[in-house]
Amino acid sequence: MQATTSRPRIALYWASGCGGCEIAFVNLHERLLELDARFEIFFCPCLVDTKRQDVEALPDGALALTLLDGAQRSDENVEMAQLLRRKSQLLVAYGSCAHEGCLPGLANLRPTASLLDTVYAGMSEPSRPRARAAVPQGELHLPTLLPRVLPLADVVDVDYVIPGCPPEPDTLWRALGQMFTEPPPPRGAVLGAGESAVCRECALRREDKTIVRLRRVHELIPEPTRCLLEQGILCMGPATRDGCGALCTRVGMPCIGCYGAPEGVPDQGAAMAGAVGSILDIEPLRDRSDKEIAAAVDATLDAVPDWAGSCYKFSLAASLLGGRRT
Amino acid sequence: MSAPVEGRAFEPRVLGLLCTHCAYACADNAGGTRASVPAGLRTIRLMCTGRVEPSLVLEAFGAGADGVLIMGCHPGGCHYKEQNYRAVQRQRILLRLLDQCGVEPERCRFDHVSAAESTRYLELVDDFVAALRRLGPLRLERRTRVHRPH
Repeated sequence: MQATTSRPRIALYWASGCGGCEIAFVNLHERLLELDARFEIFFCPCLVDTKRQDVEALPDGALALTLLDGAQRSDENVEMAQLLRRKSQLLVAYGSCAHEGCLPGLANLRPTASLLDTVYAGMSEPSRPRARAAVPQGELHLPTLLPRVLPLADVVDVDYVIPGCPPEPDTLWRALGQMFTEPPPPRGAVLGAGESAVCRECALRREDKTIVRLRRVHELIPEPTRCLLEQGILCMGPATRDGCGALCTRVGMPCIGCYGAPEGVPDQGAAMAGAVGSILDIEPLRDRSDKEIAAAVDATLDAVPDWAGSCYKFSLAASLLGGRRT
Repeated sequence: MSAPVEGRAFEPRVLGLLCTHCAYACADNAGGTRASVPAGLRTIRLMCTGRVEPSLVLEAFGAGADGVLIMGCHPGGCHYKEQNYRAVQRQRILLRLLDQCGVEPERCRFDHVSAAESTRYLELVDDFVAALRRLGPLRLERRTRVHRPH
């Protein structure tokens, strides 16, 4: 390793994530040079050679900033989160997994034992993962799964959040600027994005916000300039924080909710239930009995096979229920 | 809401979200006749069931409610024209989320009553509480918090 300079040190670490947040980081493109001029990337398993021991050897608070992405899925994730918290002045939940659990958080719809039964179906005990295993060379240790996937803030104190799956490079860049301004943003703030909903920056035309029939994306080619919700596609725009530039709806795909709920909204799925319930067509419900009304609404809702997976695709682990009751 | 007392028979804790124009008026009339309601029922008066954000129901469960009873006007009788239809639509979507999260949909019920149906109001409340007794307490696993050294 080269002799260190006096630049403040930063770290980028992944817990249970896919690496997309690291891709978003290198997608800063030429701005990386600017970043590199101001900071030394001290620790990042997919970019530089330093190891966990090098981080452990640092004095506490030696890292100016750690961007920690990925969900908290295993006890090893928790160990690393606690280590990096100690060593960092600023610890940032970077990306949807660290923010709200993201796709790994959907595992919370099943008990951990049933996940293992599915993945290791039919395998006998020695072939299944064990926390400790004796082999001729000695004892091997494997991380064990937590009972539930957790957002980073459920494990350690988090200074700031950068939303998105992955965060747009512009979101990341804005956030980095915000966290080093004086006075700094309040602790726990979501940086780099907006506070309103994706609909605010969506260019599609809204005319008569009514859903007559819900449809999945493969069931129609949407009109390119009209609100997708009006066309019956479950677009998460009304229940999702803006700041991404509404990139998905611009190319005819619905918002899937990756920036999490807008500022002040406690539960993204519940917000979506509220939004969709407000615009489903009520004409077929008029002059019906209460039982007929419930049945008619249910028949409309049946067009979406997985409501929790659609409305909590990114935020189940951080939702008010947190996932399935066991 | 306070914690249940060990060893006593299960008395479900119920949050009633009542529309002021019908269900709450109903509850008020029932009170005027000195009718008794289940001890675990707490009611909140709303201008309309259209005011019920689905997250309020989740927060009630999180705060210890075993069931949430939303009561609005009869179909067609809403003071705000169509908001009770909207409320049912929101509740039906919420039930799907609850079901997938392992919370029995029966714990969040929507009923329609008019201001003149005090007897029916009492029956509906009793029926809901009886259903919750059969289901037992809602034991929500709080989101596990790992030991935080800070």
